[in-house]
Amino acid sequence: MSQPTNTTDEPRGLPRRSVEILVALTLIALAGVVLYDSHGRGAGWDGGPQNGFFPARVGWIFLAAAVFVLWQSFRTESGIFVTYGQLGQVARVLGPLVLFVALIGPLGLYVAAAIFIVAFMGVVGGSRWWSILLTAVIVPIACFWIFELQFRVPLPKGPLEAALGY
Amino acid sequence: MDDFSSLLAGFQIALSWHNIGFMALGVILGIVVGVLPGLGGPNGVAILLPLTFGMDPTSAIILLSSIYWGALFGGAITSILFNIPGEAWSVATTFDGYPMAIRGHAAEALTAAFTASFIGALSGVVLITFVAPLVASFALRFGPAEFFAVFLLTFCSFVGMGRDNRAKIITSLCIGFLLAAVGLDSISGDLRMTFGSTELMRGFDFLVVVIGLFGIGEILLTAEEGLVFKGKHAKIDLKVVLKTWASLPRYWLTLVRSCVVGMWMGVTPGGAIAASFMGYGLAKRFSKRGAHFGKGEIEGVLAPETAAHAAGTSALLPMLALGIPGSATAAVLLGGLLVWGLQPGPMLFVEQKDFVWGLIASMYLGNLAGLIIVLATVPLFAAVMRIPFSFVAPVILIVCAIGAYTISNSVFDIWVMLGFGILGYIFKKLDYPLAPLVLALVLGDRAEDAFRQALLGSAGSLDVFWANGLVSGLVIVALVLLLWGPITDAIAALGRRNESAKAAKAAE
Amino acid sequence: MKMHWLAVPFVTAALASAAPALAWEPTKPIEIVVPFSAGGASDQMARTIQGIIQKHQLTTQPIIVINKPAAGGAEGMLDIQKSAGDPHKLITTSSGIFMTPMATKLPLNWTDYTPVAMMAQDSFVLWVNAKSPHKTAGDFMEAAKKASPPLKIGGTSSKREDNLIVFAMEKQIGAKFAYIPYTSGGQASTQLSGGHVEANTNNPAEDLANWRGGATRPICVFADQPMVYRDKVTENASWADIPTCTSQGLNVSYQMLRGMFMPGKVTKDQQAFYVNMFKKVSETQEWKDYLARNALVGDYRDGEAFVSFLKADEEKHARLMSEAGFMAK
Repeated sequence: MSQPTNTTDEPRGLPRRSVEILVALTLIALAGVVLYDSHGRGAGWDGGPQNGFFPARVGWIFLAAAVFVLWQSFRTESGIFVTYGQLGQVARVLGPLVLFVALIGPLGLYVAAAIFIVAFMGVVGGSRWWSILLTAVIVPIACFWIFELQFRVPLPKGPLEAALGY
Repeated sequence: MDDFSSLLAGFQIALSWHNIGFMALGVILGIVVGVLPGLGGPNGVAILLPLTFGMDPTSAIILLSSIYWGALFGGAITSILFNIPGEAWSVATTFDGYPMAIRGHAAEALTAAFTASFIGALSGVVLITFVAPLVASFALRFGPAEFFAVFLLTFCSFVGMGRDNRAKIITSLCIGFLLAAVGLDSISGDLRMTFGSTELMRGFDFLVVVIGLFGIGEILLTAEEGLVFKGKHAKIDLKVVLKTWASLPRYWLTLVRSCVVGMWMGVTPGGAIAASFMGYGLAKRFSKRGAHFGKGEIEGVLAPETAAHAAGTSALLPMLALGIPGSATAAVLLGGLLVWGLQPGPMLFVEQKDFVWGLIASMYLGNLAGLIIVLATVPLFAAVMRIPFSFVAPVILIVCAIGAYTISNSVFDIWVMLGFGILGYIFKKLDYPLAPLVLALVLGDRAEDAFRQALLGSAGSLDVFWANGLVSGLVIVALVLLLWGPITDAIAALGRRNESAKAAKAAE
Repeated sequence: MKMHWLAVPFVTAALASAAPALAWEPTKPIEIVVPFSAGGASDQMARTIQGIIQKHQLTTQPIIVINKPAAGGAEGMLDIQKSAGDPHKLITTSSGIFMTPMATKLPLNWTDYTPVAMMAQDSFVLWVNAKSPHKTAGDFMEAAKKASPPLKIGGTSSKREDNLIVFAMEKQIGAKFAYIPYTSGGQASTQLSGGHVEANTNNPAEDLANWRGGATRPICVFADQPMVYRDKVTENASWADIPTCTSQGLNVSYQMLRGMFMPGKVTKDQQAFYVNMFKKVSETQEWKDYLARNALVGDYRDGEAFVSFLKADEEKHARLMSEAGFMAK
């Protein structure tokens, strides 16, 4: 999907090699955490494997593989991981999504969903304001009807639902 | 032939008008439940269970098992259209189903998936009908060592085939294993890798990770390419169904192989999830078009769906015959049987003939009803792809969040899903394969448990994996599959050398 | 009960608004949290109670059963701990309410919850494969002393009830067993009938199916008194026919409570509502049938009787767990 040949208007972007190295380093750090935890709990063989035995073995292989990936990333040709234009597009989806998840705690899922729809459709653009509002009202109500009333699956609720007696 | 007349009597019971009504209602509810990731089959069955207490047990189990069939069918829909597996066993369906949808073949992929499900389920029911007692006693031969060998076989049939970056395959596999290890270790009863966090104590749920990696990750990739759905020009009419059917006989070998794999995994409780991966892995290895798998090959949809459903259906057999549920939904059904005063187990076939054969007959009819109903909805679901991205994407994301939340009623899981969404996006762009991660996550801890249970019993001696014909056979087949690539290469190389030797001789 | 399921929420909403007479009534659906997976013994009990409450209309609100099985039930217990003050939540409990915190060092204690009622006690039975040569606990113990590698005994989970019983048996006879933890009693039963373990310590209900099918056979019950149910379960035996282990020279007895708790910080009226409801449940014929079917010991307690039972039981478990070395360090 990331075609470095696609050099039309926006050749500027994050270099693939930097991202590759960053990911490999993160994985190496994770492997370190795993090994620390497993060896701390006992990774030996005591009449059968101890509870850290497998995670520790997997952790060592993981570490080796991640180091190899890191080494590889220096040897391969670097292209563009994602152009800044594309990154902007992704941020337009990711931004409202993070906001949505953050709001679920304080406001409950339904209100957060309504705000998310307004934010998302507003940011992405291409819709008229009344269709945005309509979607923002109908979708949470439909979800409420299906999950809360019909299937009795309790979802996180906030002050609005409490005021309405749910 | 006593069984055959019992089956006919069963059909008479199942074919009464009100039972057919329950069947249709159950299938439709099941599809709804299967499409929304927040409502799995177990949920749907559990919610309706109390309402069936007043009904006679046969009608009740027909209604509930129809929900199960409907949910099985429904799981494939979101996998193909949005790359979001509605159920754990439809993960492998996304590998080729979603690329087909992108290329504008959503209707073909859906038809293939539904038909394959039907074929798989049918083979499972036939198995239950004719060889139930035999198979049940075979299942009893599986102790911890044999279970471990089955999981090993699944891994080996799936991994070790790719031409992807090997280091990245291994990395991905390791991440899966490590994620599976987080939480309570059932053998020692201790917590692992939780670092004092009560949220991590629960471990990483398979569906939360998968919804993130596949569903959210895919939406981010889509967004990158311009905030429109790919493949929105799907052709949608019922003729596609017939055309797809006409192409199916060509893949008979894949279908048969997946049926066998599925039935086997369902009975030996390896389960539908393992079966779907194994079916896909084997099809990829042995198909002539194996190299094209992952780019939208119809065989890549048929293989996992057939295997998953053959397994899902066969898994009801241990439940009926032995009283062990093969899946979460089966567990809830089992609870239902007990409430109606029916005790699952070896005596059920003897004491409750009417009930058992009514249920078996309803499996045939329920699946047929399910197939007709889902096929009728193909154009409807394919049309979803025509709705603009800015409307559908937020709805999908909300439903994903609900799905992640409901698995254990935790907002933390929604964050986990989001995290894995970003990880999925990055990994996909860096060519880390996601399938090994998912497979290791779902089977890793079970394989480890079985391994350690086996060693506890043998006082730490590894000989237990060579102790009898069954377990050594499984281990050998697993190793052969793992080394299949090198073996065929070696044979080919040997052949070439002979050729060139002959050629050299001829030249002399 | 005969109502259409789509109609239930609307009708119950109407009823709820029409009847505010008693001291406290639930105003929302009631969740019963089961800290075990669907299909297990606790789950079956919760779903049976759910059915009874709805059938006898003991409350106007619907009952929802939610499974939170992760981390040996700690997930469900933590959830209830976090919901302090919420009168629409209940949790089914077993001895796990003491044992899980002890084995994992999680910050959980039953005194953070509001005890509602104890519904029953569950027995444990020593089961062997039907083809096993051992007829009495004495035979089995003799074989265990000679066995090398040690005899295999299956059970549910590690550092839990079954593990404690096996430990107590080891202490009695001075021989080792290989305890193999499975994820459920059903699995332990199947593994026994397949001959992969020599015995298991399942609850009566968990091995009932295989006993009736002639695949497994009970040796003795870990209790001071035999069970009371005299109706034939198999062709020629009833639960009451199983001798106690004590009478066969194996001096181990252990029973497990099955009860209901609410979150902490609820009002007296709210607690009284549920005590009253479960008392009614325990008096129904369906409940008695359920007890008999699963060979549970009917032992309903609430109020002070329940609390003093819990205190004694907690002390007993603390002692057993530290003797066995199962306490988290």
